[in-house]
Amino acid sequence: MYDIPTLQGATVDSKEIKFKCRDCQVYYGDNHAIKDVSCDLQDKTVTAFIGPSGCGKSTFLRCLNRMNDTIDVARVTGDFMLDGENIYDKKVDPVQLRAKVGMVFQKPNPFPKSIYDNVAYGPRIHGLAKNKAELDEIVEKALRRGAIWDEVKDRLDSSGTGLSGGQQQRLCIARAVATEPEVLLMDEPCSALDPIATAQVEELIDELRENYSVVIVTHSMQQAARVSQKTAFFHLGNLVEFGDTGQIFTNPSDPRTESYITGRIG
Amino acid sequence: MTDATAPSLPRKSKSLLAEDDRTKKRNAAEKRFKYYGIAAISVGLVFLVILVATILREGTPAFTRTAVTVDFVLTQEQFDEAESAVLKTAAYTRLFSQFVADQAEEKGVATDLTDEDRAEIAAGLERIMGKIGSDIRVHYRENPDDVGSPVRFNLAAASRVDAYLNNGQSRDGFVSSRFLEEQDLDLIDAMVEIDMIGSDWDRTFFFGSDSGVDNPGGAGIGVAVVGSFFMMIVVLVLSLPISVAASIYLEEFAPKNRFTDLIEVNISNLAAVPSIVFGILGLAVFIQFMHLPQSAPLVGGLVLTLMTLPTIIISTRASLKSVPPSIRDAALGVGASKMQTVFHHVLPLAAPGILTGTIIGLAQALGETAPLLLIGMVGFVARAYPDTFVGGFTEANSVMPAQIYTWASRADPGFYEKAWGGIIILLVFLLTMNIIAIILRRRFERRW
Repeated sequence: MYDIPTLQGATVDSKEIKFKCRDCQVYYGDNHAIKDVSCDLQDKTVTAFIGPSGCGKSTFLRCLNRMNDTIDVARVTGDFMLDGENIYDKKVDPVQLRAKVGMVFQKPNPFPKSIYDNVAYGPRIHGLAKNKAELDEIVEKALRRGAIWDEVKDRLDSSGTGLSGGQQQRLCIARAVATEPEVLLMDEPCSALDPIATAQVEELIDELRENYSVVIVTHSMQQAARVSQKTAFFHLGNLVEFGDTGQIFTNPSDPRTESYITGRIG
Repeated sequence: MTDATAPSLPRKSKSLLAEDDRTKKRNAAEKRFKYYGIAAISVGLVFLVILVATILREGTPAFTRTAVTVDFVLTQEQFDEAESAVLKTAAYTRLFSQFVADQAEEKGVATDLTDEDRAEIAAGLERIMGKIGSDIRVHYRENPDDVGSPVRFNLAAASRVDAYLNNGQSRDGFVSSRFLEEQDLDLIDAMVEIDMIGSDWDRTFFFGSDSGVDNPGGAGIGVAVVGSFFMMIVVLVLSLPISVAASIYLEEFAPKNRFTDLIEVNISNLAAVPSIVFGILGLAVFIQFMHLPQSAPLVGGLVLTLMTLPTIIISTRASLKSVPPSIRDAALGVGASKMQTVFHHVLPLAAPGILTGTIIGLAQALGETAPLLLIGMVGFVARAYPDTFVGGFTEANSVMPAQIYTWASRADPGFYEKAWGGIIILLVFLLTMNIIAIILRRRFERRW
């Protein structure tokens, strides 16, 4: 039908490939939600997943850190190679995987604990800090990376749920980066935020690109165009097109992509 | 674009200021429904008020008793004389009644008492107060230094005296019996006049143990309260961990299949099983098969644990379910294991609901009588406090509702009053537990 687009992507620049996915299938019971998806996600790059509702982009994202394991009826097959290791191998512990592949959710979901504890929770359970001073340092670094340090440094003890929506989402990003992940998955991180908070988070995503491989699911094509370097278009469980963001938005090769980005299907 | 091409029906113009028929009907129905609700609540409130008023009116007399208070002086000669007499307690009785008669004369309620009158007073006092002589003798034998100085004796009067003074029994309707004769009433009246007979706080009722069927005045609920306490410890220690663990497993870990569905349905059914069925199960398993001691709070606690488990499991599962899934996602997303997610995040958030459910389950168990009927905690006389902590679990004892049940089934009207008093005590405990549940829920409730 069409060439495996990942190969095109790989030839455009020579950045290291972080995730190599081949022939991935996901079933929810009898529903075949992801069909034959293959793609390569690069390191230090923002990859955007776009597509109409129910097209499988979030499902595919959740496969990348095995969050689908928590759904009883979900069944995943295919190869998901993270740095050459299949994350669905029987020997892989999903807990270790999720420390390496962090996730930010659609709705800001800070723990109903203090801001400090929110960020410190991950490092604590993974034993990243030997003592309180080290933990303090990790928390500060994570909050700085989450671009929220200046706003909360004076009230680390107050509750994380008392922040505004945009602050909560940046806190969640800080919490995700505190465990030093290599890949950061974001499932529509801005859909519950106002335009100003969205702009802040987008700016943050762009900065995070320096250190992480970021994968973001979004409904907003403008957002995909603004923050990502690579874009994947999903439709009805198929990966229709995958390539450089600029190319997808200006010169899509598949007619379905074109109709979606011009607003004719959705 | 509309498909309706037919011309619209002619409109009757209606004023918005006047209610049309349909609106009137609907409004009337709404109003009626509101009044039904108010009526239902009012009926409930009226019954509640009647209940509380009756309990308080009938039960509060149990908290007081009629006592004879005498500042008695025993001289050294009298002491020696009584101790050398053949019938020692009779001697004490005689000395005491002499003293009461002298007091009466001194205070002017009786004049020119003959020896015959004095003998009559002595006989009457025995009917009013029971065996006074032995009480007095025991006191002086234990405290020989008190001889010669005034000692305040506070001795319980017989329940008939209580009934005569408090329950408004008239003299006319009074029938002489071997317990109390007509002339004793004069004596009682005279003693009331000189403040020898009065009401005081009945410590026996609060701290005492059950008594024989002919002595309602000596019956107390204290031992049964202790029995309830030990039984509740058993229920709490067993039911809370078991049911929380079961709920967490079923809610967070168990696969959703037919088998777990079956378990779920059965837990709901168990909550509706009549408690007496648990009683017979306890009799068969714990007493007949495992040979645990009969009538022991331990067995009672085990039976009530079985009864409480489904209640706590259901409320615990409900509060686990009410924790938003986003919290679980958040914890799993930063790499917490399933167990860490549950114990660090889900359980603390569900804790207020779990605590409330537990306390309500315990309160239910505290008031339960039927299953205890079958394991022998009802209908026997609990006479002593347990000697040791372990003994508290294994020695035969009664519990509050069982004690009330026992009293209510006895013939003497004095026990009837005790039963009402016991109900007040039981209600106080239950109310306290429910208030604690409310406070805990308010305190730990969190929003997210």
